[in-house]
Amino acid sequence: MEQTRSQSAKFDGSARYSKMFSRLNEVEQGAFVPFVMLGDPEPETSFEIIKALIEGGADALELGIPYSDPIADGPTIQKASIRALKSKVRPGDCFEIISKVRAEFPDIPIGLLLYSNLVLAKGVDEFYLSASKAGVDSILIADVPLREADRFINIAKAHNIQQILIAPPNASDETLSAIGDKSAGYTYLLGRAGVTGAETAADVPAKALIDKLQQYQVAPPLLGFGISTPEQVKTAIQSGAAGAISGSATVNIIEKHLDDKPAMLSALKAFVQSMKAATQK
Amino acid sequence: MNKLDTKFGDFGGMYVPELLIPALDQLEQAFLDAKDDPGFQEEFMSLLKDYAGRPTAMTLSRNLVSNPKVKLYLKREDLLHGGAHKTNQVLGQALLTKRMGKKEVIAETGAGQHGVATALACALLGLKARIYMGAKDVERQAPNVFRMRLMGAEVIPVDSGSGTLKDAVNEAMRDWSATYDKAHYLLGTAAGPHPFPTIVREYHRMIGEETRAQIMEKEGRLPDAVVACVGGGSNAIGMFADFIDEPDVRLIGVEPAGKGVHTKEHGATICTGTKGILHGAFTFIMQDHDGQIEESYSVSAGLDYPAVGPQHAYLHDIGRAEYFAVTDTEALNAFQLLARKEGIIPALESSHALAHALNMAEEAEEETIIVVNLSGRGDKDLAHVTKILGDKL
Ligand SMILES: Cc1ncc(COP(=O)(O)O)c(C=O)c1O
Repeated sequence: MEQTRSQSAKFDGSARYSKMFSRLNEVEQGAFVPFVMLGDPEPETSFEIIKALIEGGADALELGIPYSDPIADGPTIQKASIRALKSKVRPGDCFEIISKVRAEFPDIPIGLLLYSNLVLAKGVDEFYLSASKAGVDSILIADVPLREADRFINIAKAHNIQQILIAPPNASDETLSAIGDKSAGYTYLLGRAGVTGAETAADVPAKALIDKLQQYQVAPPLLGFGISTPEQVKTAIQSGAAGAISGSATVNIIEKHLDDKPAMLSALKAFVQSMKAATQK
Repeated sequence: MNKLDTKFGDFGGMYVPELLIPALDQLEQAFLDAKDDPGFQEEFMSLLKDYAGRPTAMTLSRNLVSNPKVKLYLKREDLLHGGAHKTNQVLGQALLTKRMGKKEVIAETGAGQHGVATALACALLGLKARIYMGAKDVERQAPNVFRMRLMGAEVIPVDSGSGTLKDAVNEAMRDWSATYDKAHYLLGTAAGPHPFPTIVREYHRMIGEETRAQIMEKEGRLPDAVVACVGGGSNAIGMFADFIDEPDVRLIGVEPAGKGVHTKEHGATICTGTKGILHGAFTFIMQDHDGQIEESYSVSAGLDYPAVGPQHAYLHDIGRAEYFAVTDTEALNAFQLLARKEGIIPALESSHALAHALNMAEEAEEETIIVVNLSGRGDKDLAHVTKILGDKL
């Protein structure tokens, strides 16, 4: 028997993800993780938005840093970036928002999702240090594939941060095996090809893919890209995902209520509640 | 893992979403297979010769240079079908598309020259082309939009971001990440993720190879310098490739200084030099302190790009190639001078290379042979230049 890659040997970072997955396992639930852009539409509202997501029952947070050229994002998240950039939001402002969230919610896992040039511009080490100080648990760089990831993974570890890797539906065995070796925190399982957006729904992850993820012992897979309804969350979890991430659908609610903050916050809370309710196994 | 080097020193790489890695690997494999396939090479060579018009001429300028010590040659990519060097590598990648069993082609274009080359190759080879073009460029380059549509390509205006070339590349990559099974992304310059910089160089390297043969025939020796403009870097790397191992041949790249490299309005990425990642490669880019990409500017749309091919970044880094910047005004002067003195109307892009070569020619104190890559012809620029020069002509 191959015993070299056991789940427990994975780098556990702050342990917030592993604690979350243990807690959810006990109550037989999957995780629901909303994504929003930090600083969208401006920092103060952004903080209130994140609080509303947590109050609605989010198990963890996936947070973006606005970037000028987001090649993996569809129109909804592009527009969120543009709104934040128009409000002159800089990476430093994003870390401030995260620090505030962390101060109020010491246990919730917080993941960053962003693009490589923002990390390079600050200096990779410096960037991970700032993230770690702000209370970030994991970082996913949308344009750093496994093949370019080693340098980031090593620096991440040095700052007690888990580097999140992406398992696309078209991944080769070689890729999945490497994700098995290197993943930590969770694995971002792509629900479909393409860019982010609620317009095209995620596919149910193929059983063969889920089996392979288990075989290679990757960190728990969260299904993302094209998740916008409780039914999809339910199906994702039934078919073996550890939970689901919903970005564009969440951001759409922000966009729809830009001129009415109370309505925005209560709609976000209600949305998360309905998605979370679908995580019960 | 990759079969070819993905990097040039630290530069280059494959900084793309994981989703695109299999498509890039498939492309690398197809490129390698095609290299060893005589049938592919024969078809490519025959298209270059019988359809596109290779080899292109090399012309010794008669009236342009007053310094008697200097001979200035022009490598005439402006005579190539399509009006610019772009056609070379587009034919190669279009054949690769067929080889991979794909029937659709995605491309980006700025000035429209790469779009036109893509449209013509797809018309010829029975491929379906969709071409992303910044909304601003669609307006600025209306004749090329018409050419593309005439040859059956779909032109898709891109409104996001600054509405220029970099946004067209973003959109093309977004499209590709959903359609890689049936579509090939036919990138238009020697930039982007591996294997594009290598493929584009190899499919343009005949520019330098022909130059070597032609200059040996005419002069019996290699040139002292080859000079080319650098947007993403394809015509320059095509000219340089065959001379990289000839230390006595200076390799000179000319970037757009726009309104001056000390203003914000330029596209001289290597000359102003900050490193970062854009469109899949680690290279020199234009960015602010936080790493947000800044808009570039140049009078010539084809040089208006805030990054540069990674091999140029490397050649600069190791000191093998030299890079200079030429302003809009200098380029416009060279544009008019070539028209008046030699009866050749160059592309505004190529006029940058020419302007720098003319400065070199003036300053030369020894016998000097310079070859300028005249990467394209200026027909596409006439409306724009008329607007700028107006009644000053
Ligand atoms: C005539 C001509 N020269 C040069 C360029 C710049 O591209 P590259 O640097 O890839 O040669 C263009 C791009 O549109 C062009 O049309």
